Amino acid sequence: MYPIIEKKVLSENVKLMKIKAPLIANKAQPGQFIILRIDEKGERIPLTIADFDRKKGTITIIFLEVGKTTKQLGTLNVGDSLENFVGPLGMPSEVKKYGTVVCVGGGVGIAPLYPIVKALKETGNYVISVLGAKTKSLLLLEKEIEGFSDEFYIATDDGSKGQKGFVSDVLQQIIEKKKIDLVMAIGPIIMMKVVSDLTRKYNIKTLVSLNPIMVDGTGMCGGCRVSVGGKIRFACVHGPEFDGHQVDFGNLMIRNRRFVRDEGIAIKKHMDEQW
Amino acid sequence: MARNIRKTKHEMPEQLPLERIKNFQEVPYGYSKEIAIEEAKRCLQCKNKPCMKGCPVEIDIPGFINCVAQGDFDKAAEVIKAKNNLPAVSGRVCPYESQCEGECTLKKIGEPVGIGRLERFIADYEREKGVELPKKAKSTGKKVAVVGAGPAGLTCAGDLAKMGYAVTVFEALHAPGGVLMYGIPEFRLPKHIVEAEVDYIKKLGVEINYDVVIGKTITVDELLNEFDAVFIGTGAGLPNWLNVPGENLDGVYSANEFLTRVNMMKAYQFPDYDTPVQIGKRVVTIGAGNVAMDCARTALRLRAKSSFIVYRRSKEEAPARKEELHHAEEEGIKFYFLAAPTRFIGDEQGKVTGMEYIQMKLGEPDESGRRKPIPVPHSESVMQIGTAIVAIGQSPNPLIPHTVKGLQVGKHGNIIADDDGRTSVPGLFAGGDIATGAATVILAMGAGKRAARAIDQYIKSKK
Repeated sequence: MYPIIEKKVLSENVKLMKIKAPLIANKAQPGQFIILRIDEKGERIPLTIADFDRKKGTITIIFLEVGKTTKQLGTLNVGDSLENFVGPLGMPSEVKKYGTVVCVGGGVGIAPLYPIVKALKETGNYVISVLGAKTKSLLLLEKEIEGFSDEFYIATDDGSKGQKGFVSDVLQQIIEKKKIDLVMAIGPIIMMKVVSDLTRKYNIKTLVSLNPIMVDGTGMCGGCRVSVGGKIRFACVHGPEFDGHQVDFGNLMIRNRRFVRDEGIAIKKHMDEQW
Repeated sequence: MARNIRKTKHEMPEQLPLERIKNFQEVPYGYSKEIAIEEAKRCLQCKNKPCMKGCPVEIDIPGFINCVAQGDFDKAAEVIKAKNNLPAVSGRVCPYESQCEGECTLKKIGEPVGIGRLERFIADYEREKGVELPKKAKSTGKKVAVVGAGPAGLTCAGDLAKMGYAVTVFEALHAPGGVLMYGIPEFRLPKHIVEAEVDYIKKLGVEINYDVVIGKTITVDELLNEFDAVFIGTGAGLPNWLNVPGENLDGVYSANEFLTRVNMMKAYQFPDYDTPVQIGKRVVTIGAGNVAMDCARTALRLRAKSSFIVYRRSKEEAPARKEELHHAEEEGIKFYFLAAPTRFIGDEQGKVTGMEYIQMKLGEPDESGRRKPIPVPHSESVMQIGTAIVAIGQSPNPLIPHTVKGLQVGKHGNIIADDDGRTSVPGLFAGGDIATGAATVILAMGAGKRAARAIDQYIKSKK
């Protein structure tokens, strides 16, 4: 069992939890993920690691309550425990000195971007961070990320904070002003696609972190397969980071909708049981 | 052969096909005591014990059958358990026809003794009665790590515990059993039976740690520092693909994903269990091994109207056990032999709706010794489907082979090990599918057994 030792409500549907998992905390690297299962009847879901503390033996997860499992997870509190918590899975981000790096985070994708921003800054890169969300209240970790960034920008769809518009608009302005060596983008699939389409025109290397549906997370089921450069790759063992210019985002969107109907049934049942 | 011997095996009663496709309960019921004794009496008690040559885990087969014939089931269990830690499993999933029963002298006059059925009977008898633990050897004070709680790892762990070693098993998933739990369906191997067999291993003193991915959570090098020896039995988990267009469409599963969702995550009890599985009205499974039969039969039990098997060779080359092919045919699975998929077709939402396939003919034997299938030009047809399951084999899981310094790895990603499991790294042993490529449960168990002996020798030689 893996106890929840801290819980914070970041916005209405976004929560942060610190989970006691010393073995995982000891090995975790930026870019990796965990798989959790709440209880005996639960589903296994992947979440990218938002932070880790080797001394305290904790892993931080930040999640948007979108499906049955994340909604149920949100109802748990400090003192409750998770049945299973496995990791760190996937390949770590390749943290090295690139030069000037733009880190683009959208929505809850900002969470896994944080340890990468930190590591890239500590490796001596010039880090420009661009965070985006629908509205101000859905932004995450602004102060934390700003603290490790040489330049820091925000874009909101409704203009409630920072520039009104999309992160890609801000990225375009940055590209026009500066020579960029790497773009790292984590967020909704559509955001990563738009960012990759933009940087392709400028021939800027772009890495994206994918979050497809998984079961085991160790290369066994192939549920998380994505088409990268026309080849089948598994996000769990080959990724989760891939060259954004090579990823078939359209297929990823299709594959992430595979169980939408079942998700509706499961959420309804969960809501009924809450009463 | 003076006495008059019945030429055929005693039948094992089973659920009728039309009934059983509506449930996930086990298909055969097993022998009664009376039938078991009668079947055991068919055994000739050959002095040279040819059946034992066919047994990878070295069970004294005539010995245990003799006990059954005399009605001494407890003694029979003791004889089996002296060699086999998981008899209720092997008594259900072993390909007996090509192993012990394949060597039986009775085959000269008819059917062999139903050795598998008798093993299963004794294992079930013992489990229902309450399992007795064998005497353990004195503690050696030495520690061994076993990676993977599948058939190879559990066998190796059980044998080492009996020899007096402190054994810790590390399992990546949340449940033990490996393929016994995630792969083989409930109706062929009930999960409570796997759990009971694992329980026996634990009672021998073996500790099982779940949620630990060796190569990620802990490295093999760390294990080698902490333990006197390490055994790797991580299996062949990586699914193979057809590499035809449309394989990533919604509705195309690997056999592993489909079976893991249904068996380990219990998707057949959704939404009581959270993990879903989508099943179309018409389901095609590609491949004709035991895993393919499991998929096609599982699809029927999930209320598919039609379940098809498409295989590029003919029935004679199908790698599945005869019994599994027979069960599948009985249940109404339709077979398309000499047919190979060329592409999957999807609708505008990206959901699979059809599969194009081409007729094949058999040419000269290939490197596997089987006749090579060759496409017949311009013979494509399309079948309408809602779900496709690709069951054309698995490759060794890459997580460990690539993370250990100095470990020799074969071109298919398998760990190179000798017959007793010794790898190129001292103190590191490997066996089962991770070393041989995808094979059978019993071969993995045999490899675990031999590796346990080699580990014992290795540790003793270090003193």
